[in-house]
Amino acid sequence: MTKWLEENTPKLVLAPSFVIVLIFVYGFIAWTAWVSLTRSRLLPRYEIDGFIQYSRLFESPRWDTAFSNLFVFGFLFIVIAMILGLTLSILLDQNIRTEGAIRTIYLYPMALSMIVTGTAWKWILNPGLGLEATVRGWGFENFTFDWLVNPDMAIYTIVVAAIWQSSGFVMALFLAGLRSVDQEIIKAAQVDGIPTWRVYTAIIIPSMAPIFLSAFIVLSHLAIKSFDLVIALTGGGPGYATDLPATYMYAMAFSRGDIGQAASSAMVMMMVVFTIVVPYLYSELRSKND
Amino acid sequence: MKVQVLGAVSGLAVIAATAVSAEPQAEVLHYWTSGGEAKSVAVLQEEFAANGGTWTDMPVAGGGGDAAGTALRARVLAGNAPTAAQIKGPAIQEWYEEGVLADISAVAEANNWADVLPASIAGHMQCEGTWCAAPVNVHRVDWIWANAEVLAANGLEMPTSWDEFNAAAETLMAAGIIPLAHGGQAWQDATVFEAVALGILGAEGYKKAFVELDTDTLTSDEMIAVFDQMRTMRGFVDSNFSGRDWNLATAMVMNGEAAFQIMGDWAKGEFMAAGQVPGEDFLCASTPGDGFLYNVDSFAMFEVDGEEKQQGQALLAKLVVGQNFQEVFNLNKGSIPARTDVSLDAFDSCAILSAEDMAASNEGGSLLPSYAHGMALRGAQSGAITDVVTAHFNSDMSSEDAVKQLAAAIANSL
Amino acid sequence: MTDMSYAPETSRSNTGKIALRWGLYLMLGLFALFYLMPLFVMITTSFKSLEEIRTGDLISLPREVTFDAWRTAWSQACTGIQCEGVRPFFWNSVLIAIPAVFISTLVGALNGYVVAQWRFRGANLFFALMLFGCFIPFQVVLLPMARMLGLMGLAGTIPGLIYVHVIYGLGFTTLFFRNYYVSIPSELTKAAKVDGAGFFRIFWSIFLPLSLPIIVVTIIWQFTQIWNDFLFGVSFSQAGTQPVTVALNNIVNSTTGVKAYNVDMAAAIIAALPTLFVYVVAGKYFVRGLTAGSVKG
Repeated sequence: MTKWLEENTPKLVLAPSFVIVLIFVYGFIAWTAWVSLTRSRLLPRYEIDGFIQYSRLFESPRWDTAFSNLFVFGFLFIVIAMILGLTLSILLDQNIRTEGAIRTIYLYPMALSMIVTGTAWKWILNPGLGLEATVRGWGFENFTFDWLVNPDMAIYTIVVAAIWQSSGFVMALFLAGLRSVDQEIIKAAQVDGIPTWRVYTAIIIPSMAPIFLSAFIVLSHLAIKSFDLVIALTGGGPGYATDLPATYMYAMAFSRGDIGQAASSAMVMMMVVFTIVVPYLYSELRSKND
Repeated sequence: MKVQVLGAVSGLAVIAATAVSAEPQAEVLHYWTSGGEAKSVAVLQEEFAANGGTWTDMPVAGGGGDAAGTALRARVLAGNAPTAAQIKGPAIQEWYEEGVLADISAVAEANNWADVLPASIAGHMQCEGTWCAAPVNVHRVDWIWANAEVLAANGLEMPTSWDEFNAAAETLMAAGIIPLAHGGQAWQDATVFEAVALGILGAEGYKKAFVELDTDTLTSDEMIAVFDQMRTMRGFVDSNFSGRDWNLATAMVMNGEAAFQIMGDWAKGEFMAAGQVPGEDFLCASTPGDGFLYNVDSFAMFEVDGEEKQQGQALLAKLVVGQNFQEVFNLNKGSIPARTDVSLDAFDSCAILSAEDMAASNEGGSLLPSYAHGMALRGAQSGAITDVVTAHFNSDMSSEDAVKQLAAAIANSL
Repeated sequence: MTDMSYAPETSRSNTGKIALRWGLYLMLGLFALFYLMPLFVMITTSFKSLEEIRTGDLISLPREVTFDAWRTAWSQACTGIQCEGVRPFFWNSVLIAIPAVFISTLVGALNGYVVAQWRFRGANLFFALMLFGCFIPFQVVLLPMARMLGLMGLAGTIPGLIYVHVIYGLGFTTLFFRNYYVSIPSELTKAAKVDGAGFFRIFWSIFLPLSLPIIVVTIIWQFTQIWNDFLFGVSFSQAGTQPVTVALNNIVNSTTGVKAYNVDMAAAIIAALPTLFVYVVAGKYFVRGLTAGSVKG
């Protein structure tokens, strides 16, 4: 008995989490899939009625915008935040005297709720109030920065604010990674006269693969769930030019009483996540364990 | 369900008949949280307490009630519904259809609601012949506000037709003043749109289009003209309007940067808060065209267990429609009482104008629900219209395309 | 510290080095400005009077500094009928965040330890399932979760909110610990097993002491997520259990009321103080933990 217990302790430790995830993640996904096949409005109903919600979804021009925004936003946000986070962590890793203060400055945006930070950003980005007005006030009359009010560019302001909010955390992750690299190897490389940038690209960065996985998961999670940001900064506007699937889903479910539609948009989102994340996870986990 | 409804009804009947036996309790989910609004609800709470009740406050602001709606759904599904919640328009009937609303007919009949409320507003409070919600106020949506000084300086008066408005706007543009202060948020675009639609389509056409969703009206030439006027008005707005909060637009009118704003009568509160006087510093008038678009806030009661709570519901319903609360609340909020027998002596000139117009349009059949504020249609349908309106206003879409999209969006909204 | 000062030096590269160093500081400074800009706007606005905001520039130093907005935000701003500021809601958030962070971090550490060091058939599948779970949009789980909480009798309670936060935090905490523990040589576990140490003993006396940096990262992440959560907070609370973000939202958002931006900004900064505090303090332990980590080599 005790032997059995000993052998199976690891499994027993995982068991509660396993059960919980099965119910509260996969069970709920199944529930959503079910509801997406119904005509649920204000509250969920369970009579299946085919794929009507999906055909409604694909006929909606607003969903088209939201869906393509997810790719533009997600791609730019993840790539830039990763590069910026890595750059900042490397810059900060050069024996900077005021490192503590600077690190806190880079990190703090994560601490603030977007409910209000959005207002501050809105003012900064607004051409009549913020940057544009200030720079023009300095005498540069032709300076123009009107992304926020330009339907074609507004999505990029969301990217800027999102990067502002999360790149500090990515920097912290990378900084932790940089510091756990074996110092002996680096010293040896430097004694051999290998230039610093080569040490980074050939030794340090490749050794941080698990950190890249963490950063990627964290960022893509934020990208997919970006919600407060859009609501606070643009409210989805101008028009619905900055709508994202998460805001679309929320609007359908909770302000329009169209839960079936919301569920179908959620399912499409989950499928996108699945096709992007699963291959990545697969390759990451395989290379790590074999 | 049937049995429960009966139980609730008899419970209310008992309260109406006998003296209060248990202490009434109410947990009230609402989205009035800012200064003036919160003060207004506090009036209700005090009255509730004065009648021996215990009020538990459950405020959730944001998104014109979206966040409160989210909380409400979660709580109803959890079997933990609040005693009363702020719900308005056709959403009341939708919740009723889900079988979760309580019947407050006993209170309504005991207090003659049918006689003191305008018929079309009373209609919103009824579900299949029973009373299921209590109205709090009437906001008028189709208001146009103006800076008195700016108008006088340019020799202008409040426009009585959209052509006059356009002409006035041209004059203002030439004088270097922004004609229309506007915030580019979907609901504000929709607010302007419905005022324009009421003016151009007329009361009858508005009703056909936004209450009955009549396809012929929605795709008519008049509707194209409505979108044309929206396109014209896009030219009267400054270039930084996107995403601007409505109150910042009001501030532009206050400080003379802009001349007009089209917004519901909550804008009055901003003027008043800045110490401005209606008729002197700022002017109010209905937007060009006949009719009255109303936005009525109301409380619906949920089916709950426990005699205290059911008594709380009855007491709350009675107080909400009571004369005293209707007066004090609406003085605070800028709206007018829903019941027509409240003395308006203490109200300002804009509110009195609003009340007179409401009575007149109630007679003439042009007292109409605001679609932009969720009074006319289910959320999915009004949302579909707003999507088209805001997309048109914020792009170079042609009016013909907008009308086509409008028909398609409504067809697709189930 | 990754010290780069070992590179071979010549006198020519020495001036270049100084220039490089200045460039480095300049870049760091510019980035710092970018990050500080919104905070600047928030702080200056919170010290202005409403008159000044209404009439003047939104982005400028206050002409007259006033602390009224801060006082109002803390103890007088209306969040509904009660006008007691964000103060009463603070405690709810603390009661939710601390247990939820603690439990999810502990369970995540154990999960990560098993997945990284006690591999068995299916452990990787488990990990993948956990990770994919990180991506479920929270808007999706609101309604079924509400039903579940109702069935469990936890609707509207603080334990209910803790439960929800633990569940949806597990994916991340497991991820962080697994990625950290995977880089610790498995020989360590094997050797300890040979010495007769059991599952928990190895975890407690070998892995946990090595984990400070990742514990700090996890706590920063979890605390931030939970403290700043609005969606769960607004959906699964009732009167009396609403967290501070809901109060903040109630102060900031009003559809038809007068907006007091100075109070909004002050309230936002107050609501963020605990997370800011965690960042400042944890930042220090971050370094300390890492120094300990590098001793282990």
